[in-house]
Amino acid sequence: MNIIVPVKTNVDTEMVRIKNREPVLEGVPYKLGDLDKNALEAALQLASEVGDSKVIALTVNEGNRKVKDTIKEALAMGADEAYIIDDPAALEADQAGIAKIIAKAIEKIADYDLIIFAEGSTDKYSGQVGPRVAEFLNLPEIGYARKIVAGGAGLQVDRGMGDYIETWETPLPAAVTVTSEINEPRICTLMNIMKAGKKPQTEWTLADLDLDAAAVASGKTLISNLAEEQARKNVMLEGTIEEQVDKLIDALIKEGVLEA
Amino acid sequence: MADILVYSEQLSTAKELAYQAKEFAGALGLGTSAAVLGPDSAAKASELAAVGADKIYVSEDAALADLPVDVVAEALAQIAKEADATYVLVGSTRLGKELTGRLAQKLDAGAATDVNAMEVADGALLCSHYSFGGATVARETIDTPVKVFAVMPKTFEITTPTAGAGEVITPALSLADSPVKLVSKREKEGESVNLEGAANLVCIGRGFGAKEDIALANQLCEAFGAELGCTKSLCDWEWLPEARLVGLSGAKTKPNLYISVGISGQVQHTVGIGTAKIIAAINKDEKALMFGAADYGIVGDLYEVVPVLTEKLKAL
Repeated sequence: MNIIVPVKTNVDTEMVRIKNREPVLEGVPYKLGDLDKNALEAALQLASEVGDSKVIALTVNEGNRKVKDTIKEALAMGADEAYIIDDPAALEADQAGIAKIIAKAIEKIADYDLIIFAEGSTDKYSGQVGPRVAEFLNLPEIGYARKIVAGGAGLQVDRGMGDYIETWETPLPAAVTVTSEINEPRICTLMNIMKAGKKPQTEWTLADLDLDAAAVASGKTLISNLAEEQARKNVMLEGTIEEQVDKLIDALIKEGVLEA
Repeated sequence: MADILVYSEQLSTAKELAYQAKEFAGALGLGTSAAVLGPDSAAKASELAAVGADKIYVSEDAALADLPVDVVAEALAQIAKEADATYVLVGSTRLGKELTGRLAQKLDAGAATDVNAMEVADGALLCSHYSFGGATVARETIDTPVKVFAVMPKTFEITTPTAGAGEVITPALSLADSPVKLVSKREKEGESVNLEGAANLVCIGRGFGAKEDIALANQLCEAFGAELGCTKSLCDWEWLPEARLVGLSGAKTKPNLYISVGISGQVQHTVGIGTAKIIAAINKDEKALMFGAADYGIVGDLYEVVPVLTEKLKAL
């Protein structure tokens, strides 16, 4: 089974600091998306379960100067090869544009049975790209997988939908998006990190995919992207534990959120 | 007349969207349409009319029975074309987010998901949603001819609804069965939790050293009449079910009173409580980020503070 895992190498959002409500991105390192690791892990587990399989990591460079280093982590986890679409025009793309690039790359790779996406990226978390690619490629799709097993018509997938767990079955080829519940991504060993450098990496530009800047240009306009203004009181209560607790209860009663 | 079309598989969310769409439609000179899909849809049409829908497209087509996302997207795309929809608003539930990508792709539309505020600006709808893992709020417009917004449940409050014309339309949809089939559906184990609707909420984090210690938090919840929520770590450790997760990948809550116990205050959690009326925090680290997001803070070991607080509340 050939499984393609589109991953995003995005800024480490926990390292983004706020200055005058503006996010400071300078010097913030890039990393593989948190849920992308779950997607890779799911692909690797499924590949070893069914045997005779290949796992392909695919990424569109969205501003990561060290994208080759970052994608190496996917290879170190166990992906067999990687494709990097590196083109300055991709920086201007919205989810529709990124989905188009990924879909065209998958069409060019051609030999695949399954695409596993994270349910969302770490930085924007829009959840659009997986379903958009599925639609573009006219593939059946199951979102929010917490378990994937080969069987039935192709795959059986459990997904959590609020209070319910649903099991869906899909023929292959198909697309699946996964949540963090599905697994615990493996930690890369030093040996595998060293081996990763020798695995094949292919770089494409948009021209290689018969696309150009206009084809992936954003259909959205960002008006602003600022941290919210803090309107909290930030009152630190003082005294012994007893005194602090008393003061808290008094304050909550005065605020009208606790009945005396 | 071009329309704003609304849809959510959750009736309560669909009503909120229809209500707000009516307001936006008034400001933009558009009509308000709603779609209801799947079994037992006809009965819901009047409820959407009552909150503002002028036209309600109802389909109980057999292909929609289990609401497979590809068929729902196709049905909505056909309805959007028939309604000449400029804007499509769907509920940003799990199903709704998944739907948004597929639907927007079908309509060549730009889309935004997890939208938690919308306004009319310069003759168009402008939306807000979190970015950078919740550290910032992105405000954006969509510039494609058709625009799809997935809006979080409870973003809009129905206050003084005006009924719409309520014309029920049964569109002639051309739908094929999905290749994806529902095999089974079962309730998750454990009690059902409604954090979104909780008036009081106590959330716990990594400050708890052992699973058994959650009993302390449960006693505090009882004393406050609060629901218990948690951060992602506790779900990852399987100390608490995902239904109790508050934050970016869990519930977005709107309690009157929120108390954090042993939570560092990473933005991935605090985006789930931003609209709480009052936030109190208990943490032994005076530098915890959580205090910056709180109205009242107690610096102290939760194992000392929580029993005292619980006792004093009981004595009230």
